[in-house]
Amino acid sequence: MTAMQEGAHVPSVEESDEPKMRDVFSDVPTDTGLATDPAGVVIAELGDADPRILTLSADVGVTLAEFRSRHPERYIEMGIAETNSISVAAGLAASGFVPYVFSMSAFGVLKTAEQLRTGAAYNRLPVRLVGRLTGLAMGFFGTSHHAVEDVAVARAITGLSVVAPADAQSVISLMRATVDREGPVYIRIAEDAQPVYAEPPTYRPGELLRVREGADVTLVGHGMGVGLALRAAARLAEEGVQAEVLDAAWLKPFDAEGVVASARSTGAILTIEDHDVVGGLASMVAEAVGRAGVAAALGSIALPDERLEVGVPAQLYERYGLTVPNVAAQAKALLGR
Amino acid sequence: MRVDTAPPATTPAPSDGDDGGPTLDRGRSITPVELARRADWIRLQTIELIDRAGLGHYSSTFSSAEVFATLYYRTLRLRPSDPAWPDRDRFLLGKGHAATGLWPVLADLGFFPTEWLDTFGTAGTALNDHPDMLRAPGIDFSSGSLGQNLSVGTGIALAGRLQERDYRTFVLTGDGELQEGQVWEAVMAASHYRLGNLVAVVDANGFSGSGPTSDAMGIEPLAARFESFGWAVREIDGHDPEALLSAFDTLPDPSAEQPVCVIARTRKGKGVRMMEEAPQAWHLGHLGPDLRRQVVEEISGRMP
Repeated sequence: MTAMQEGAHVPSVEESDEPKMRDVFSDVPTDTGLATDPAGVVIAELGDADPRILTLSADVGVTLAEFRSRHPERYIEMGIAETNSISVAAGLAASGFVPYVFSMSAFGVLKTAEQLRTGAAYNRLPVRLVGRLTGLAMGFFGTSHHAVEDVAVARAITGLSVVAPADAQSVISLMRATVDREGPVYIRIAEDAQPVYAEPPTYRPGELLRVREGADVTLVGHGMGVGLALRAAARLAEEGVQAEVLDAAWLKPFDAEGVVASARSTGAILTIEDHDVVGGLASMVAEAVGRAGVAAALGSIALPDERLEVGVPAQLYERYGLTVPNVAAQAKALLGR
Repeated sequence: MRVDTAPPATTPAPSDGDDGGPTLDRGRSITPVELARRADWIRLQTIELIDRAGLGHYSSTFSSAEVFATLYYRTLRLRPSDPAWPDRDRFLLGKGHAATGLWPVLADLGFFPTEWLDTFGTAGTALNDHPDMLRAPGIDFSSGSLGQNLSVGTGIALAGRLQERDYRTFVLTGDGELQEGQVWEAVMAASHYRLGNLVAVVDANGFSGSGPTSDAMGIEPLAARFESFGWAVREIDGHDPEALLSAFDTLPDPSAEQPVCVIARTRKGKGVRMMEEAPQAWHLGHLGPDLRRQVVEEISGRMP
């Protein structure tokens, strides 16, 4: 299945209702009543309760303003130096601290993959990398700022846990739940996620969380993919299609058994993610289902393995099919409807 | 052929610690002659260990031998029976490929049984060619990927500041390792955070794996470069026991605000003529029985 919606409409600059780039650095909407970036709020709260928690900023200090005001002595500015940030964090972690490195997703994992592997994961140290602005959230800034390979790289690193919260409440839940986890954790924050949960959900580490029951087709996503799936499921229900919606916030360890069980149950799985089709959830689900020898129809809405367009995120989501109508359409196509 | 690897009679008597076992204090007594003998003992031990494994880094380890001897038998505050003791001085082997010279030292000081040395080069050993902190007691951080340990040491030194502990963190880098850009991110951060509790020791032996370091990529003038990044620099003969003792005995108090770089000018393969003459050939290799006998005689013959 193609990851791109055929004939997608790209608005021209002449159109008056074109979406605008919002200020992704200082105004991160959550639609859940949280005034600012959820990761920034949660880390400040975690820091109140746990003196081992430090924050290191690789030039993303805005998110850490609250933490910094409450715990200035535990805020460490690292400058524009991601690799050094991870290795310094490894040294801090080896000395009893739980350091959180905040970075832009486009640079956090790719620039530091070797430091994450050799320094943090290999030594089982509790370094946390919080990657903001995932996928195409910085789409207007250029291809350099697309963060679309990070899951593929991160999940290949033994001992590195990977979580991709579905919304602001999910951020709260997963950041709280991973403070004491052994080894490093990559927390992938999707600013463009729509609300899924009314309160912080309870995940079991390494397991899928079922958000909606349905017998006809499985919609599984991480990050912004979950909110899209949930809204698409509501549309599908109006047309008589009952979709199961799974939140794959835990990408590593990954719940292959849960995927296989769902594939057996519905016989059709559609993955939804703001990540390259290579190596992300699309690959993980295909690997799980294929290894289990289960016959199921597989589809993926992901970013194609090609040089991506640059533009305001809303335009790019249209272009690449990360929309509620497209999720519903692809689900039906998977069922031959 | 069995090599006489009895340690020199300079192993210090430890003082009693307040809780987790005896502490080896800073400034332990060792004469320059004893230090030179200890360094040659490290060379002989290295030859024996590499013989067990079948392959190893002779010349890179030999250039570090006097630095190892000075730090571990004079300078570092250690508690071998309690390797995680929070107030210990840290030592990070940035040039992880010299770990073979560290294993006999750590065994001799009591971090693990000497019998462990017999496992070197076998599957399941705690003593790798590059050190692994999860396997070997006394290793403060794993290494093997060049260019990262000065950053890690910066983090450990920062932790010392945050915890108000007075330990020092030493990081031994190769000179070729300084070609890694991350090293300079760490050099910048260490002076920014005024980490006078951090000491970088550069084993400036002038050679990398494939040839002269500065032929591949010029790294000089090292002293001026570190100074321009805000570090205090001492440049010494890295094989001169008196110079090493003097440099490390006069380090500023850990509460000082300027990180220190000791540039140890060394010879790759030091102590074995044929390796000094062909350091690249012995970056990674194995002495056959005849060469081994010759090399051991050369080293043993000058040991007092």
